[in-house]
Amino acid sequence: MKACPENIVHAMNDYLDGDISSTDEATLKAHLKSCSDCQKLYHELSKTIAFVQSASHIQAPSDFVQKTMARLPKEKKKANVQRWFKQHPLLTAAALFCIMTSAMLFSNFNNEQQFSFTKQPNLVVEGETVIVPEGETVVGDLTIQNGDLRVEGELHGDVTIVNGQYMASSGVITGEIEEIDKAFEWLWYTIKSGIKEAASIFDNSNVQPE
Amino acid sequence: MDALVNKRIAKVMKGDQNAFAEIVELYQHQLYQICYRMLGNKHEAEDIAQEAFMRAYVNIHTFDQKRKFSTWLYRIATNLCIDRIRKKKPDYHLDAEVRGAEGLDMYSKIANDDQLPEEELMRMEVQERVQYEISRLPDKYRAAIVLKYIEELPLAEISEILDLPLGTVKTRIHRGREALRKQLSNL
Repeated sequence: MKACPENIVHAMNDYLDGDISSTDEATLKAHLKSCSDCQKLYHELSKTIAFVQSASHIQAPSDFVQKTMARLPKEKKKANVQRWFKQHPLLTAAALFCIMTSAMLFSNFNNEQQFSFTKQPNLVVEGETVIVPEGETVVGDLTIQNGDLRVEGELHGDVTIVNGQYMASSGVITGEIEEIDKAFEWLWYTIKSGIKEAASIFDNSNVQPE
Repeated sequence: MDALVNKRIAKVMKGDQNAFAEIVELYQHQLYQICYRMLGNKHEAEDIAQEAFMRAYVNIHTFDQKRKFSTWLYRIATNLCIDRIRKKKPDYHLDAEVRGAEGLDMYSKIANDDQLPEEELMRMEVQERVQYEISRLPDKYRAAIVLKYIEELPLAEISEILDLPLGTVKTRIHRGREALRKQLSNL
């Protein structure tokens, strides 16, 4: 090929790209008129482009969509859950709070497997049974966990027994007896006493200013 | 069109597979066409086009909705095609210049290696011949030529799809065009 100016080759490429300035275009056209080699090259390139573009548009097979969809991975449950968490941050936080709170309550219930009771004078303990002996009088509320209660004397106050039982006997109890056996009831009891405590604080704060 | 597609994509992100079927419906022919022109084989084209859709689906959360979906999708497809082409070819360093032949590199050698005999070329129909010559182009020129002349995309978009600077895209189109001109000169 004859050595035509470099800028003419550039201009021809730019022209074929459809990206040329008007001055370059004028230079190119002027050159093409005078140079048969470049003219030939230009025609051949244009013909090439026309051939490539004539490679007519082909279509995907008719079952293409169906086959593609069959290849997709099934929606994973995990992905679903993750997406849900991402989209509902507030609900996620609330759910997490609920889970943690209940976990705490249940773990409290499970941890307190040890036998324990409210210390009061005059009480007698035999194994895991708390006894109010005959002839004695105990004043005040009594809470027993994981143990039983037998009253032979007198008890002036409320009784709460968790995971244990009150064995009916000849004694006298002035107050309420509550037996809690199940986790759920323990939960309920905790909530109830929590509210009571809160209420009493509220009462106290009302009282104090006076 | 873009708003419509973005609506579908939002649904896909929420786990709606049917919305993705509509996206496949929309782009199937263009994507299949790119793959077919790149690979020159219908079975492979179908396989790679499906693979491209599958990857788009799996990675849909990485798609930035401010950009053009087709650009992203074509990019996945052209990368898969180029990978496939390279797996089939021996591992030459294609950019290395051939000694004693200024301006010629390994591309021209490879291109000439697997040429069919003249009489066989003459028996081909024009479209078949054009496809054959496109498939003889080195893969990096091929991608640029297919996107430019068959998909008729603007240069800026091609540069984004191929992740190359505009100047490089232009060079590849020029070289691809020049190579095709030589290959098709007897047509």
